[in-house]
Amino acid sequence: MSRTWETPGGVHPPENKSQSMTQSIGHLPIPGTLVIPLHQHIGSPSKIDVTIGQAVLKGQTLTRATLSNNLPVHASTSGTVIAIDDQPVAHPSGLTAPCVTIASDGRDQWIEHVGVTDFRRCGPLDLLQIITDAGIAGMGGAGFPSAIKLSPSKDKAIDTLIINATECEPYITADDAAMREKAQDLIQGIEVVCHILNDPKRVVIGIEDNKPQAIKALRPYIQESSIEIVPFPTKYPSGGEKQLIYILTGREVPSGGLPIDLGMVCLNIGTLIAIKRAVIDGEPLISRITTVTGGACGVNRNYEVLIGTPISHLLTHNEFDEKNCSRLIMGGPMMGFSLTSTDVPVVKTTSCILAPGHSEIPADTPAQACIRCGLCAEACPVSLLPQQLFWYAQAKDQERLEAHNLFDCIECGACSYVCPSNIPLVQHYRSSKGEIRKANIDKIDADNARQRFEFRKLRLEQADEQRQAKREARRLVTEQARATSNTSQPGSSAADIIAAAQQRVITKQASPEQQKAKFERALLAAQSRLQEAEKRLIEATTNGSKQQQTICSASVESARQKVDQTQYRLRELTD
Amino acid sequence: MQLVLLSTLPGFLALSYQFGWGTFINLIIAVVTSLIAESAILALRNRPIAFYLKDYSAAVTAVLLALALPPLVPWWVVVVGSLFSIVVAKQLYGGIGYNPFNPAMVGYVVLLISFPIEMTSWVTPISLLPEGVTHPGLWESLSIVFAGNTPVDGVTGATPLDLFKHSNGLVVDQIYQNEALFSQASFAGVGWEWVNVGFLIGGLILLKTRIFTWHGPLAMLGTLALMSILFWDGGSSDSPGSPIMHLFSGASMMGAFFILTDPVSSAVSNRGRLIYGALIGLLVYVIRAWGNYPDAMAFAVLLANFAAPFIDNYTLPRTYGHTDRRKATEKQEEE
Ligand code: SF4
Ligand code: SF4
Repeated sequence: MSRTWETPGGVHPPENKSQSMTQSIGHLPIPGTLVIPLHQHIGSPSKIDVTIGQAVLKGQTLTRATLSNNLPVHASTSGTVIAIDDQPVAHPSGLTAPCVTIASDGRDQWIEHVGVTDFRRCGPLDLLQIITDAGIAGMGGAGFPSAIKLSPSKDKAIDTLIINATECEPYITADDAAMREKAQDLIQGIEVVCHILNDPKRVVIGIEDNKPQAIKALRPYIQESSIEIVPFPTKYPSGGEKQLIYILTGREVPSGGLPIDLGMVCLNIGTLIAIKRAVIDGEPLISRITTVTGGACGVNRNYEVLIGTPISHLLTHNEFDEKNCSRLIMGGPMMGFSLTSTDVPVVKTTSCILAPGHSEIPADTPAQACIRCGLCAEACPVSLLPQQLFWYAQAKDQERLEAHNLFDCIECGACSYVCPSNIPLVQHYRSSKGEIRKANIDKIDADNARQRFEFRKLRLEQADEQRQAKREARRLVTEQARATSNTSQPGSSAADIIAAAQQRVITKQASPEQQKAKFERALLAAQSRLQEAEKRLIEATTNGSKQQQTICSASVESARQKVDQTQYRLRELTD
Repeated sequence: MQLVLLSTLPGFLALSYQFGWGTFINLIIAVVTSLIAESAILALRNRPIAFYLKDYSAAVTAVLLALALPPLVPWWVVVVGSLFSIVVAKQLYGGIGYNPFNPAMVGYVVLLISFPIEMTSWVTPISLLPEGVTHPGLWESLSIVFAGNTPVDGVTGATPLDLFKHSNGLVVDQIYQNEALFSQASFAGVGWEWVNVGFLIGGLILLKTRIFTWHGPLAMLGTLALMSILFWDGGSSDSPGSPIMHLFSGASMMGAFFILTDPVSSAVSNRGRLIYGALIGLLVYVIRAWGNYPDAMAFAVLLANFAAPFIDNYTLPRTYGHTDRRKATEKQEEE
C-alpha cells in the first residue's frame, strides 16, 4: 500500500452521506423546458450556433468553440429552441447569463453519433479534440476545460495521473454512487486518459476511507492494471486538488502554479466518465449525476440529470417541503452557495442540490466579534492565519492581505466552520480577492494609459527633432552649394552636391516598398501576439493566480508596445 | 469562556482555603462591577447588551483580576481595578477582540502603581497564623473590606517572593530555616505552592479541552525554569531562588495558563506563541530577580502584549505551496 501524507488542519463535519445512498442512481422525467447556460466553464464564451424556433436533437451543439479555451454546449434533449436570452443562473450573486431555452418534445431523440472504435489507435490530439467537442469541463467544481488540462506541453511531461474520488464535502454522494454503479465506465475513462498522456508512470485513485463500497466496486477492474487505489482517513477538505496531491505524493503545488508543474494531472470521477462517453460512445456531456438531498426533501437520492434541468423540477420530484427548508444550497454545505431562486438550471458542475431542514443547518446566526481564539488557524489546511486575513479584509489592507497569502486560500470554509463567533470568513476572503483583482486590473489599465501617453510624447518629441535635423541638413546643403558655386571648385559644384544628395535620398528610398511590407508584416504579427496575450490575461484574471496575472499583463504590455512601435515606424515611412 | 471560568475553580478554592474569605469577596465585587460597567458601555455604544454579556468575557476578566488581587483589600481598590479593566482597557479600544492589552492585567498594574500599600499586603496562609489567630470570618472580612476595619495583627504578612526580594544577605538555606513560610512548606512556599497547583490543575483541564494550545504556557514556564536554573547559583545570598520556588510562587501558574493564553492580546500563530510565552517567562524572571517588584506577571504580560504584533510579523506559518515563510509586512515585489 502506498504511503500517504497528512495535511495540516482540516475539520470533521457530520458526513450525512448515507441518506442519499439508500437507492441506486435514478432518472427523472424529461422536464418541459431546459435552460442551458452557454458558458459553463472557465475561459472565453463560445459562439451561438442555433436560432430561435429551430428544432434541435439531443446532443446537437448549441454553441461552437471559437477559441482554444472555450467549449461548446449541447442540447440535452430534443425539442425546439424557444429563447436565447439572459436567464438567472446558479451563481453566488444571483447573476443572469446568456442561455438557450429548449422546449422538449418528449421524444428525447439523439442526434447521430458514433464513438471511436479503438481509441488506442487515435493520436492524443484527436482524442483531445473529441473531448473538447463534447464540451467536457472539470465536473468537480471549477469547470476548467479538461482537454486543456490534458494537453501535452513541451517542457512538462506528465508522469502522474491522480483521480480525485475524495468527495470530502458532507452530503454529496454523486461520485460515490458513480463509482459503485459505473465502475467500468470510470476505468475505461482512465484508460483513455492514460493513452492521451502516453501512459503516465503512476495512476492513483485517491479516495477517503468512508467509501468502502466504492473501493470494493473498483477492485475487480484494477486487478490487472497498474492503477492504484489509495484510501486515506476522511477529513475535510482532502478533496481539494492541492490537498489531495499532498496526501498522495507528499509534494506541494507551488503557490500560483498548477499540478502540471509537478508533472501531475488531477481529474475527478464525473469528468472521467464523461470522457469515456465522449470517446467511446460519441456522446457529448449533456447529463451528470447530481445528489438531491437534505431534510426538506422527502426523497434523498442521486440522479442522472440532464444539464439545463431547472432545480424546481428536481425538487418537485423529491417531495420537497418548502416550509421545512432553511435554505437551498447548490454544492455542499461547506463550499456550496445559497440559491435565491429554484428556476436556475443544473449545470456541468452541479454536484449536489442540498435542501436542509431548519434543524439541520440553521439559518445564518449573526456574526460576533472575532475573539482571536485561533481555532480557524488550527483548521486551515494551507496554514494561513484566517483571523489575521479577516482583520485585514475588514481594514481593506490589500498589501497585508497579499503578504498573508490570501491568494493561497482555497476557500474551503474550514475556518468559518470552526469559528465560534460565526464569522462568514470565506465570504470576506472572496470579496477581498475580488477587490484586489479589480485593483490590479485597474492598475494595469492605468499603467498602460500612462505608458501610452509617455510613449506618444516621446514619439512627438523625436519627430520634432528629426524634422529639425532635416531642416538643418537642407540648410547646410544649400549653403555649401552656394559656397561652392561661388568658388567654383571642380568636383564639388552645387550640381554635384545636389546630385549626391538626391542620390542619397534615392538610395534611402530605394526599398520603401520592401520596407513598408516588412513593417506591415511585423505589425500584423505584433497585433496577433497582442490579441493572444490579452486572451491569456483575461483567462488569468478569471482563473489564475496573482503571479500568472502579473506575467500575463507584462506580456500584454510588451506586445502592445511592440504594436505601437511598429505602427510608428510604418507611419514614419509613409509620411 | 464558561469553561475558563470553571477551570479557575481549583485555584480559587486553594486561595480561599489558604487566605480566607478575601478572595471570594474580591470576586463578587469585581464581577458585579465589571458586568455593570460592561452593560453601561454597551448601552452607550448602542450594542446588544445581553448578546455580549453572554460571551462571558467580562466575567472572565473580572474573575482573573479578583484572583490576582490580595484578599481583604479595600472594596474601592477592586472597583477601580475592574472599572479600569473593562472600561478603559477593553471597551474604549473597541470591545472584545480589539483590545491590544490584557484587560485584567491593565487593571492590576494600574492598582499596583496607584495603591502600592494596599496591593502588597497579603494575608498570611492559614497554617502560619500565630497561635490563637484565625482568618477573619465572612462578616469580619466584609467589615474589613467595606468599612476599613484593620485586621488583627498577624493576619497579613510577606509572600515568599517578598522574602527573597528583601532577604538582605542571607543565603538561601538560612532563609529556608528562618522563615516558617519555607521551613513548613512542602516544596515551594507555604500556601502559595497549593494555589499554584490549583491553577496548574485548572490549566491542564483547559489544555485537555483544547481551549488553547500548549505553546504559550509551556514556553513561559520553560523559560522561567531555565532562567532560575541558570541563576540559581547554589543558593548563595544573591540567589533569586530555586526553580521550584519560582514555578510555584506568585502568579506563575495562573499567569501561564490563564493570563498569557488570552487569545486577543497574544501572538497568533503557534510559533509566535512560543516566542511570546518565552518572552513573558524571561521578563517575569528578570523583574523578579533584579527589578523593584517582587512579582512581575502583570508587567511581563503587558510588555509582551506590546511585542505581540511584532512577533506576529515574523512568525507567519509557511503556507502550502510556498518554500519560505513570509513576513506580514513584506511588500509584493514591484511589478
Ligand atoms: S475562529 Fe473566528 S473568532 Fe476564532 S480567531 Fe478565527 S475568526 Fe476569530
Ligand atoms: S477558507 Fe481559506 S483561510 Fe479558511 S480554512 Fe480554507 S484555506 Fe484556510
